[in-house]
Amino acid sequence: MKIVVQMTLNGLRIDVDEGMTILEAARFYGMNIPTLCYLEGLSPYGACRLCLVEIGMPGQSKLVTSCTYRVEEGLVVRTDSEWVIKRRKMLIELYLATCPSSKVIQDLASKYHVTTVRFTPWHEDCILCGLCVRMCAEQMQGKAIGFAHRGSNRRVTTPFDKESEVCRLCGGCMYVCPACQSRCQGPQEEQPVCNACLNLQQPCLDYFEDKMCFMDPCVACELDANREVKAKRRP
Amino acid sequence: MSKQLTDVEDVLEGAVKKHGLSVVPLLQEIQEHFRYLPEEVLRMLSRKTGIPLIDIYHAATFYNSLSLTPRARHQISVCAGTTCHIRGGGKLIEEIFQLLGIRPGEITSDGEFMLETVNCLGCCAFAPAMVVDGKYYGNLNPGEVREILNALRKKAVS
Amino acid sequence: MPINLIGVEPLYKELNHNTTLSLVRFLLQGGVLMNTGIRSKLAKPVDLKNLREMLKDRLDPKKQRLVVCGDTGCSVCGSRELAPAIEEVLQERGLAGSVELKVTGCLGFCEKGPLVLVFPGAVFYQQVQAEDAAEIVEKTVLRGEIVDRLLYTDPADGRKITCAYDIPFYKLQTRTLLETGWYINPLDIDDYIARGGYAALAKVLDGMPPEAVIAEIKEADLRGRGGAGFPTGLKWEFCRAAAGNEKYILCNADEGDPGAFMDRSLLEGNPHAVLEGIIIAAYAVGAKEGIIYIRIEYPTAVLKIEQAVRQARELGLLGKNILGSGFDFEVIISKGAGAFVCGEETALIRAAEGKVGEPRQKPPFPANAGFRGMPTVINNVETFVNVPLIINRGAAAYHETGTESSGGTKIFCLVGKINNSGLVEVPFGTTLRQIIFGIGGGIKNGKRFKAVQTGGPSGGCLPEEMLDLKVDFKDLAQAGSIMGSGGMIVMDEDTCVVDLARYFLQFLKSESCGKCFSCRVGIQRMLEIYDRLTTGSASIEDLDLLEELAVTVKDTSMCGLGQTSANPVLSTLRYFRDEYLAHVRDKRCPAGVCRSLFRYSIDQDSCIGCGSCAEQCHAGAIVEMEEGCYSINPELCTRCGACVEACVSDAITKG
Repeated sequence: MKIVVQMTLNGLRIDVDEGMTILEAARFYGMNIPTLCYLEGLSPYGACRLCLVEIGMPGQSKLVTSCTYRVEEGLVVRTDSEWVIKRRKMLIELYLATCPSSKVIQDLASKYHVTTVRFTPWHEDCILCGLCVRMCAEQMQGKAIGFAHRGSNRRVTTPFDKESEVCRLCGGCMYVCPACQSRCQGPQEEQPVCNACLNLQQPCLDYFEDKMCFMDPCVACELDANREVKAKRRP
Repeated sequence: MSKQLTDVEDVLEGAVKKHGLSVVPLLQEIQEHFRYLPEEVLRMLSRKTGIPLIDIYHAATFYNSLSLTPRARHQISVCAGTTCHIRGGGKLIEEIFQLLGIRPGEITSDGEFMLETVNCLGCCAFAPAMVVDGKYYGNLNPGEVREILNALRKKAVS
Repeated sequence: MPINLIGVEPLYKELNHNTTLSLVRFLLQGGVLMNTGIRSKLAKPVDLKNLREMLKDRLDPKKQRLVVCGDTGCSVCGSRELAPAIEEVLQERGLAGSVELKVTGCLGFCEKGPLVLVFPGAVFYQQVQAEDAAEIVEKTVLRGEIVDRLLYTDPADGRKITCAYDIPFYKLQTRTLLETGWYINPLDIDDYIARGGYAALAKVLDGMPPEAVIAEIKEADLRGRGGAGFPTGLKWEFCRAAAGNEKYILCNADEGDPGAFMDRSLLEGNPHAVLEGIIIAAYAVGAKEGIIYIRIEYPTAVLKIEQAVRQARELGLLGKNILGSGFDFEVIISKGAGAFVCGEETALIRAAEGKVGEPRQKPPFPANAGFRGMPTVINNVETFVNVPLIINRGAAAYHETGTESSGGTKIFCLVGKINNSGLVEVPFGTTLRQIIFGIGGGIKNGKRFKAVQTGGPSGGCLPEEMLDLKVDFKDLAQAGSIMGSGGMIVMDEDTCVVDLARYFLQFLKSESCGKCFSCRVGIQRMLEIYDRLTTGSASIEDLDLLEELAVTVKDTSMCGLGQTSANPVLSTLRYFRDEYLAHVRDKRCPAGVCRSLFRYSIDQDSCIGCGSCAEQCHAGAIVEMEEGCYSINPELCTRCGACVEACVSDAITKG
């Protein structure tokens, strides 16, 4: 028998099956939390840090990764509080600087209005999200690739950096990779941030202190004639 | 060659009996015998135990004390702990570079010396410190490092 | 006195190839392996009491004893040769039977090593070399005279001090955990038992229910000494309550903080106390198996704890039906392969399982899902050593020392640019000033105090204004630092805090496991900013970016390593902003450490033209312009400072 727990998600009281993660619950209720290292069918990994959400009452709250945190009775979750957005934007900026050629990351940057990159671009091919490693091990039972080394030298590789004896060339690793799909040719392709998709903007993002907007795409603010008035509430 | 191979088999057999499928203790045992982790032996270990080779490789590259390359004859470990850092440990590394031309993690081309840094030797009262071939030296200055290494080099020549 | 060699061979095999046979011989001094023969098990608590009664003469205060510090620090500067030399002299004079020679763990005052204590009277000799052995035996042991030149001189009044307890370094401490180490041979369980060892275990097994043990630990307000200071009793309670047939105790002896060695000293000086604490913890939470995860870089500590486990097993203090109570417990020792991140508890669990030590996201916490997925209590070495103390004295008496929220004492590794480096133990609530200027005797060479760094690479730097801060988990955290495991590194005016923060980031860059993005990339990006700061190419916006980045890494990293990695950055930005500004605005390093930001030059007035600087210069940057007139070419100079050390007339200046 399924046990149902009651929790609060962005101010809404919802019922969720016990054992679900916050991310699963939020997505079930149509609220999007960005992720790079999460994929349904693979074990949660908690490494990309983008899915951080704020739990607990303001004042005693903390940030946790929603992909690993399981729901519990009375849990209060806020997926887009000011704290979360601030940190998430910084992370996206870091991702952009690491891997500016990735379409997925450029799209995220557009969505979160990250318009500048204050770091030297690295032009890496890999963000070490580990999706390929888990795909290979968990879905393909391959174990052909994995991580090696530690810290700043950590990378995804085959044993001894030589051709793997167990790889079946299935291509699953490439299929799940969020970094290897090249970005579209935006108007400023030389720049680390392309922002060509800024038309997907969520205008309310910059206006409210604790914006809890989870509409995707967002239209509510556009329709709100009193937007200017509301904006003044910001301290 | 075949005798050597049976030796390796024996080592692996003994290690597996003792540690089961625990990767790190297995690797420590192998390193104890060969002084490093030869690729061929690790491949044999994987075939023998069924532990995926990539897991073995990950562990072998993750830990400081495990090495995939043969060690040099003389092992120099300079302490890179905080106390040694503020009391001039960096100068010792600089001096060794001037003398032997190697940076931390490198081996001299003749295979005589290898330099590495360790996080803390735990003798902060005698910082900066280093260990050469298991012998501790404390309160060092670049001049003393030169003397110690020159003495070793002289020994190697004669 | 014949040395019983049973057990030597396995001991030697356990040593890795870096350690030499001389270490084994060194440890054998004083007949330390006397007790490795087969002994009968202690079947009841009263047997332990009887054994202690039999060993009573070991406590005889009148017996003449020579204590030599055998800790790594003292070995470095000569105690390895000293102990055999003393033994030889004793044998020559036919004193081997009547005078006892003990090679102990760390005696604390590492600065003055090698140390020798002569009992009765605790006569303290410092910087003793093998040549001094005969004189000490001849004068102090045989005639009761003092060897004046080996005494400690109080720098305050130039007075020579004979008794160890009168030396300010020791007098100002509260040595409850470390005290025993002076009197016991760490390789001999009988020494520990004679001084009341395993009495706490007997008390617990003799009718104290596990819940009562936990209640006692809770009442004592014992907090984990590993860093975060989580209440130990609570941790045990969670684990006891957690569902699971098998439970485990994991002892974290993977002390990796640079500049900290208190756990090593405890393991080397008093390994049975650690073991006793572990067994009591196991009884309290209902664990059947324990793992001691110890770093391989401490070969002597590994050897000693292995010997301790062997001896405890022989006496029936480990294994089946301990002291006839029906409680079974076994301990295995797992040797760490060297990775700082394995000190983090979820990483530690994986490493102890023989896997790659990568942390995972909590929850679930180890008390619910730890070693092999089972409820596990993880405590560090120092925490366990406190446990027997609490049981023996009772929580109330134990809590008389310490602050309201943390009971007992804490061991610190006081090192850096300080006069009295060494291992110090003080009650919680002692101020930094008392530790640094009282016990530590102030700054070396009369320089000015600049900062103290507590808690290892993840700690913060506190300036002079904070010296009256009371050392406590909460207060340190509020000040932007952490207790950590107890490293305390003192810095003087010649230390550049920007360079220091950079050093810690450099350390963490390679010691981070690299799994989570914010820690791996965040640290590298902070380093990039520090590279600009130390080379004079940073802008004022870089400081804001650094702060924003540091806060992000702190808030968003997966494990304790990442979350605290920003502490050195944030604390130095908070307390030493001026120094950062000097690097940014004036392109100047006030402490003269950052090599791109200063130059060496020769003051022609004080130069005597000896040319020794030019001889020392590797880079060939010092040239003789004309007879006896040298100058430094800044283009070639690498700022190694070799010339400054070579100069006899202090003519080379920084600027």
